[in-house]
Amino acid sequence: MASIAATIEPFGPRPRPFFTPTRIIIYGIIIVAALYYMLPLYVMITTSLKGLPEIRVGNIFAPPLEVTFEPWVKAWTSACTGLTCNGLAPGFWNSVKITLPSTIVSVFVAAVSGYALVNWRFKGSEFFFTCLLLGSFIPYQVMLYPMVMITAQLKIFGTLWAVILVHTVFGMPILTLLFRNYFASLPQELFKAARVDGAGFWRIFFQIMAPMSLPIFAVAIILQVTGIWNDFLFGVVFAGTQNYPMTVQLNNIVNSAQGVREYNVNMAATILTAAVPLIVYFVSGKWFVRGIAAGAVKG
Amino acid sequence: MQSSVSIKDLSLNFGAVQVLKGLDLEVGQGEFIVLLGPSGCGKSTLLNCIAGLLEVSGGQIFIGGKNVTWSEPKDRGIGMVFQSYALYPQMSVERNLSFGLRVAGMPRDEIERRVARAAEILQIQPLLQRKPANLSGGQRQRVAIGRALVRDVDVFLFDEPLSNLDAKLRSDLRVEIKRLHQRLKNTMIYVTHDQIEALTLADRIAIMRGGEIQQLADPHTIYNKPVNLYVAGFIGSPSMNFLQGTLNGATQPMFVAEDGTQVPVSTYAFEAAPQGSSKAVLGVRPEHIVLGDVARTMPFSTEVEIEIVEPMGSDTLAWTRIAGQPVTFRADSDVLLHVGQKVLVGFDPARGSIFDAQSTNRL
Repeated sequence: MASIAATIEPFGPRPRPFFTPTRIIIYGIIIVAALYYMLPLYVMITTSLKGLPEIRVGNIFAPPLEVTFEPWVKAWTSACTGLTCNGLAPGFWNSVKITLPSTIVSVFVAAVSGYALVNWRFKGSEFFFTCLLLGSFIPYQVMLYPMVMITAQLKIFGTLWAVILVHTVFGMPILTLLFRNYFASLPQELFKAARVDGAGFWRIFFQIMAPMSLPIFAVAIILQVTGIWNDFLFGVVFAGTQNYPMTVQLNNIVNSAQGVREYNVNMAATILTAAVPLIVYFVSGKWFVRGIAAGAVKG
Repeated sequence: MQSSVSIKDLSLNFGAVQVLKGLDLEVGQGEFIVLLGPSGCGKSTLLNCIAGLLEVSGGQIFIGGKNVTWSEPKDRGIGMVFQSYALYPQMSVERNLSFGLRVAGMPRDEIERRVARAAEILQIQPLLQRKPANLSGGQRQRVAIGRALVRDVDVFLFDEPLSNLDAKLRSDLRVEIKRLHQRLKNTMIYVTHDQIEALTLADRIAIMRGGEIQQLADPHTIYNKPVNLYVAGFIGSPSMNFLQGTLNGATQPMFVAEDGTQVPVSTYAFEAAPQGSSKAVLGVRPEHIVLGDVARTMPFSTEVEIEIVEPMGSDTLAWTRIAGQPVTFRADSDVLLHVGQKVLVGFDPARGSIFDAQSTNRL
């Protein structure tokens, strides 16, 4: 090598061979990690496409000999969730009914709070912010019982409104923090200019601040949609039996004590339930990263 | 002259920190006032108080004869231009200009008329449909000035508007702001830390330090008759030379430098005739020190050795020592100076300043 290096006069871009020890190690680790994380998904998909007799053979890594979509249909329409046997479909729609308003309300309230905390300093705003910070560190199970009492007093316990309220309240600390930090990174002079122009609290928020904050709105919406969709505890406690979200229904299918364990239906039901957050991440991944980066780095 | 902006005993505290301390300022109709000072002296804070963006802790603000101490920014009859331009990034230039007018619910044809006029004055008609991101720094600042212009107000507030621009653009826009002022004849209050901007633009300069106005006067007075050591040292680049010594008051007042060098100061116009002997500082600007045979005609002259030579193009700056204390002086760039050269220099104390060493005030 030394002799070659001596004979070739360095000129232009330095040659970069593809197979260097560093690259081999990096790609090796990436591939192993990817396989490790993909394996369970592979097992779930293959199992959900097999019939029960084939599953009983016990070779979980083998691809299905006979592909069947029967378990998927059953999981969606007729698997038994407790006393009723309507599949996951009602749970899916309940989850939609819970997730949509909860996300909208919590993101909106948090955005306005963050904006007020940064731009409209009021007496005690620092104290309020400290409370919020503390709030984001307290595990919410601690406040479960008081919340039950509060929603019962408000006479909304066991309704969709209770779940929406609880999700909004518990989403506040982290979301407000997110918005506060983002708004704090926007130039203060913009806000001053808008005030000189005569714009008030809401006009500055809707016409100046919000249009500049689309990345952070994307992050907040993604966090809330996936978080609320995946929530089990609040759904089972506050929603009431009529409004159980998809996660609760899934649990009822998978953990049902009677009859044959239909692994293929369980797998199909699980994938169906996880599909929404997965799709959200796939579609919005770029936005998510951009928003996180925008929140962290100024400008 | 009728007063346009009048500030009476204005103070502002952030917690225990006094940012503005009982400040008084009268700005005449159509006057161009520059607030000049180092960062942290309270000049931007004062401007924000005038704009109504900061609540004052005490005192009053009058704009156009109206007490606006409690008024909202939009009701004060002011337009403001910020250092970072503060253009609304998602709006086109035209909508940036018209935002305030639309908020005020002005009829559409009136808005169009005003935007067209501002665009014409600032030469930004071709840019009206662009977004701020597609403008250069100078163009953005023009739009920001336009946003103040369309409001058709009496008082313009500038918060270091040129600090984000490069040197060339800064001097171009400086001239343009001056031209704008001569055309519109509005009252303008302009905050900067750049003394060249202050000296070139201002009718009067207010030099601020620690929340107080040190001196409020026209540029010529500020430059030639600074009221204290701070103002003298702050204004001028390279800054004024200071010689430490003693002032002996008599029929022939004499400044005696620390090493005993005597400088006759009888030509100097004292505020009050000096009595006895006291510690004093003699300030001389580098351009008031003359070189060569002319120096002999000056009340004070001496031979010095040149230590450092800095050619600036238009002139040459030389470092030396007078009475053992470091001194710089300006020489014509055609006079070739070299290190170690012995030259005769002299100055007339009448063009200098003498300060009391204790109180630092002008004598």
